[in-house]
Amino acid sequence: MNPFKTILILAAAYLVVFGEASLSFPRNVLGAQVDLLPALMVYAALNSGLPTLSLLAILGGIWFDSFSANPLGITILPLFLVGFPIYLRRDLILRDVPFAQMVLGAVASAVVPLVTLLMLLSGSKEPLLGWGTLWQWLVMIAAGTVATPFIFEVMNWCNRTLGYQPRQETSFRPDREIQRSRGKL
Amino acid sequence: MLKQKNYFALGAVVLVVVLLLSLPTRATERLKLVFGSWFLPLFGLSSVAHQLPADLANSVLPRRELLQEIDKLRRENQEFRSQAVQSAAIARENDQLRTLLNWQRQTPWKLKLANVVMRDPANWWRTVQIDLGSRDGITNDLPVITSEGLVGRVSSVSYTKSQVVLIGDGNCRVSAVVENTARDMGVIIASGPVDTSLVQLTYLASGANLKAGQNVFTSGLGGVFPKGIPIGQIVDARPVEYGLYTEARVKLNVNLGSLEQVYVLFP
Repeated sequence: MNPFKTILILAAAYLVVFGEASLSFPRNVLGAQVDLLPALMVYAALNSGLPTLSLLAILGGIWFDSFSANPLGITILPLFLVGFPIYLRRDLILRDVPFAQMVLGAVASAVVPLVTLLMLLSGSKEPLLGWGTLWQWLVMIAAGTVATPFIFEVMNWCNRTLGYQPRQETSFRPDREIQRSRGKL
Repeated sequence: MLKQKNYFALGAVVLVVVLLLSLPTRATERLKLVFGSWFLPLFGLSSVAHQLPADLANSVLPRRELLQEIDKLRRENQEFRSQAVQSAAIARENDQLRTLLNWQRQTPWKLKLANVVMRDPANWWRTVQIDLGSRDGITNDLPVITSEGLVGRVSSVSYTKSQVVLIGDGNCRVSAVVENTARDMGVIIASGPVDTSLVQLTYLASGANLKAGQNVFTSGLGGVFPKGIPIGQIVDARPVEYGLYTEARVKLNVNLGSLEQVYVLFP
């Protein structure tokens, strides 16, 4: 197993969460903070194993909640609920097609905030909700849709550039080399 | 069909979630601090990156401009000094009158400057984190202000950082008074999720004579916010619940979207 991909995905999640907590221009310009963790979850579900997927859901969710007024751990389950079904059906998904990536990114970005809000409301919390929430949700979906193919490109590039590649098998076999020398046998 | 390892992963994730959600609040806050501290290197880099352009700009600023700035600041300083002398005289007079009337003396505000270091990444909360914590004497429920007005209150404290719940969030209700003849009182409650500059002032008397532009201050009721902190101005008002009470929209004095430095107000 190649641990580099797992480290790369977790590092990306770390940077994404930091960016979401420290950059306020999407909120000031669009009225909503974009969340790229669902898009990253789609990438992890299609390109890595189940342990990486679970780690991303757990660590990404905990990091996100540690900067938020959310109860700690509430974002883990929505992230995992998005990644797990994609992982189970990933052999049937055209993972290299940007349109498929965009559709999956849109669905993931729509489902994660919805499930999180449902869990918050069922836990008798009082999140800020109103007609503006619909706009914020649409912004998050749009951002997730656009960002998913971009995340695929960046992560694949990082993987190619920084990760070690499996050694190619060659057809050369020394024991089958034809002896061409004369005289000496 | 789900394989055994899939069941195992699903079970492990659910177990972690259940464990974390069932922890007591104190333990959760500590864990949040632990996981938040993983980002300290990035905080350092980010603050250096913020500071660098300002330092560069300062180093290339012409001398004439700097001298003009110093001159302007000197003049402002003189004005503030004369105002401070006047204020001190007024405060003395106020104290004397309060003593004559046997009223309790007002304690002056003690303020501590803090930097806003993080914003809530979730869209459904309105909180920020500041770089003061329990080591700086911060406790829960301390009011947070800027020179323009009320910002919110401290909602949770760790050793080096604190979370501030901003005005307009559901967890920050403020008792407020309108600056009009009737001194109408109400409560600032949660507002819409998108526009951070407007909040709702509700439970005002049904016949409240509200006009656009009237100032709104903290009333001092409730025990968290002292009396007289400016909040904002009335934008419009309407009767609600079949005229049972009045609700008004208040435009906040403070721009919550661009908070960089705030003051924590100590009792």
